Amino acid sequence: MIDVTEEKDLYLSNFALLEKSLSGKEPAWLHRIRKEAMARFAELGFPSTRNEEWRFTNVAPIVKTPFKPTSYQPADPAAGSIERFTLGRWAGYQLVFINGQLSKEYSSPQLLSRGVQVSNLAAALQSDAGWLDSHLARYASYKKHPFVALNTAFITEGALINIPKDTVVEEPIHLLFISIGNGEATVSHPRNLIVAGPNSQTTVIESYAGVDDGIYFTNAVTEIVAGENAVIDHYKLQRESIRAFHVATLQVQQARSTNVSTHSISLGGALVRNDVNAVLDGEGCDCVLNGLYMVAGRQHVDNHTRIDHAKPHCSSRELYKGILDDKARAVFNGRIIVRPGAQKTDSKQTNKNLLLSEEALVNTNPQLEIYADDVKCTHGATIGQLSADALFYMRSRGIGLGTARNLLTHAFASDITGRIKLEAVRAELEKSLVARLPQNQKDVESI
Amino acid sequence: MLEINNLHARVEGKQILQGINLKVNAGETHAIMGPNGSGKSTLAQVLAGRESYEVTKGEVLFEGKNLLEMTPEDRAREGVFMAFQYPVEIPGVSNTYFLKAALNAIRKHRGLEELDAIDFLKLVKEKMKLMEMDQSLISRPVNEGFSGGEKKRNEIFQMAVLDPKLAILDETDSGLDIDALKIVANSVNALRSKDRATIVITHYQRLLNYIIPDFVHVLSNGRIIRSGGKELALELEDKGYARADEVVTASSQ
Repeated sequence: MIDVTEEKDLYLSNFALLEKSLSGKEPAWLHRIRKEAMARFAELGFPSTRNEEWRFTNVAPIVKTPFKPTSYQPADPAAGSIERFTLGRWAGYQLVFINGQLSKEYSSPQLLSRGVQVSNLAAALQSDAGWLDSHLARYASYKKHPFVALNTAFITEGALINIPKDTVVEEPIHLLFISIGNGEATVSHPRNLIVAGPNSQTTVIESYAGVDDGIYFTNAVTEIVAGENAVIDHYKLQRESIRAFHVATLQVQQARSTNVSTHSISLGGALVRNDVNAVLDGEGCDCVLNGLYMVAGRQHVDNHTRIDHAKPHCSSRELYKGILDDKARAVFNGRIIVRPGAQKTDSKQTNKNLLLSEEALVNTNPQLEIYADDVKCTHGATIGQLSADALFYMRSRGIGLGTARNLLTHAFASDITGRIKLEAVRAELEKSLVARLPQNQKDVESI
Repeated sequence: MLEINNLHARVEGKQILQGINLKVNAGETHAIMGPNGSGKSTLAQVLAGRESYEVTKGEVLFEGKNLLEMTPEDRAREGVFMAFQYPVEIPGVSNTYFLKAALNAIRKHRGLEELDAIDFLKLVKEKMKLMEMDQSLISRPVNEGFSGGEKKRNEIFQMAVLDPKLAILDETDSGLDIDALKIVANSVNALRSKDRATIVITHYQRLLNYIIPDFVHVLSNGRIIRSGGKELALELEDKGYARADEVVTASSQ
C-alpha cells in the first residue's frame, strides 16, 4: 500500500479552502454531495496496485506530486497555441476551458437555438436550474471510484449540455480543455454533464490538450444521460502533454431504445487512465465503445471499460486498438455484464494490440459475466507485431522499410479512424496519427 | 543481366540450394521447372531478398552489381520484380496507395520525377485494361478479399505498372483456371521486350504453352540438372521429372 496520508491531506486542505470560498454560494444539494464525495475519498484514498481495478496501473506519480488547484494559476496562452486544437469551422458550438477556467475569448459567443443549452457548469450552478440536481453526480459513482470521488468533491467547472426532447442538433458541440504549463504542477477536475432528451440527437466532442510539455493532472468526469430513443455520438480526443497525468471517467446511462456511440482516442499523457462505463438500462439499446491508443517512450495508458446489460434486447459493440512503441505500456480491461433477465443480449468485444518494439508491454483482460441464458456474447484479444510477410511484400515492390512500417501501422489504426463518422475528428486524428508515426512521416501524409 | 554463380542457400537450417548456376540476358525468357521441394521458390525468394533465407555460398550479379548485398527495396528499385506464389493481403492499405508509393520510390531511385495522382491514375487505368481487371479492385485494400485468380492477376498488374528489368514469376499459373491463365500469359507476353528478362518458375508445362520460353531449366535437389530449349518442357511433360533425373544421371556416368 502506498503511504498516502500526507498526500491525501493536501487534497483535504485544498477542499477546506474550496469550501470556504464557496460558502453559501452554491446549491445546498451540491454542497451535500461534495462533502459526501470528499469524505468518501478520505476513506478510499488513492488506489494501490493491490486493488484489482488498478493492478497494472501504479498511480504513485500522481499521488506524490503536490499539485496545486489550477484556479490559482491563471494562464495566458501564446498566440496561436489554442487554435491548434479548436475545430474551427467544423464545430457548431465550442466551449473552451484553459487550465480549468472558461475562456470567453475562445468559446463560441452564441448559444444554440431551439432551447438547446450549452453552457459552462459554473454559470449553470449559479442559476441552479431546477433539473440539475436530478442528474449531476447521480451516475458516476463517487462511492466506488476514488478519482470520481475526488472530482466530485472539487466540482466547480466544466460543460453542461442539455438537449430538449425531439431536438436534432446537427452541428457538433466541441468541449475543449486546454492545459498550459506555468512552472508549477497543477490539477483540474473538469466535470461535464450531457443530458439528451427523448428522441433527440446530438454529437459531442471532448478534447483534452496540452499546449506545451508541462506537468499537470487532469481528473475529468463526464456523465451522459440518454433519454428514450435518443441518439448520441460522442468522441474523446486526448492529446495531453507528454508529461501530464490524465484520469477520466465517462459514465453513460442509456434509457430504452437509445443509440450511444463513443470513440476514445488516447495519444498524449505520461500516465493515463480512462474508465468508460455504460449502463444499458432499457430494452433495445445500442451501445458502441471504440478506442484507439497510441503510445511511445515511457507512456502508460490504461483503458477500463464496463458495459452493463441490465435489460433485454440490447446490443453492444466494442473495439479497442492499441499501438505501442519503445517502452510504452498499455492496459485494457473490458468487462461485460449481462444481468439476470437481460435475454437476447448481443455483445461483441475486441481488443487488438500492435507492438512496435521489443520492450513495449500490454496487459489485456476481457471479462464476461453472464447471468442470463439466451445471449450472444463474444470477446477476443490479440497482441502482435507488424506482419513480416506484409513488410517483405511491400519492400519487394520498392517501398522502403520505414515507409512500409508506417503504412502498416497506419493501416492498423485505420480500423478505428474509419469508424469515426465525424469528418472533423477523423481529420484531426489523421493529423495526430501521421505526426506520431516513427519514421518518414511525409511518406504517409498524402494517404 | 543476371548471373548466378554457385548459389547455395538454406532456410531454417535446411540446405535447399546446392550450387545454382544460371545466366539470363536481357530479352530472354527462362523457364525453371522442377518437382516440389526442388528449390524453385527458394531461388525466387533469395533473388527477391527474403531475410529468412540464408545464402551460404555463391554470388548473384544483377547488371554487374552484387544483388545479395542489397535490401529487398533496393533490388526492386534496381529493377527486380517477383510475382509472389502467395500474394500477401494487407488490410487497411489500398491498392492505389500501395502501388503509387512503390512506383514513386522506384522512379525516384531511377532519377525520374514522381508521378502525381492524375498521371498515376492514367497509367493505372491503362494497365488495368491490359489485364482485363475490374477497376473497382484498385481502391480495395491490397489483395484483401481477392480470389486466387484476382491475386495472381494483381501481381502481373503490379509488374506492368512498375516496369521491372527482371521479372520472376513464382508459380503464377498455379490455381488459375484456363481463362485466367490466358489473360495472365497474354499480359506477360505483352510485357516481353528486348530490354526485359523474365524467369518463369512453374511446376506445370501448361503455362509454357502460352508463354513460350527461350530456355528451360530443370531444377532438382537444389541444382539445375538439365537445360535446353522449349522442347525440353514437352519432354518433361511426357516423361516426368523422375525420368529427367535418370537421363542426367545416365549421361553423367
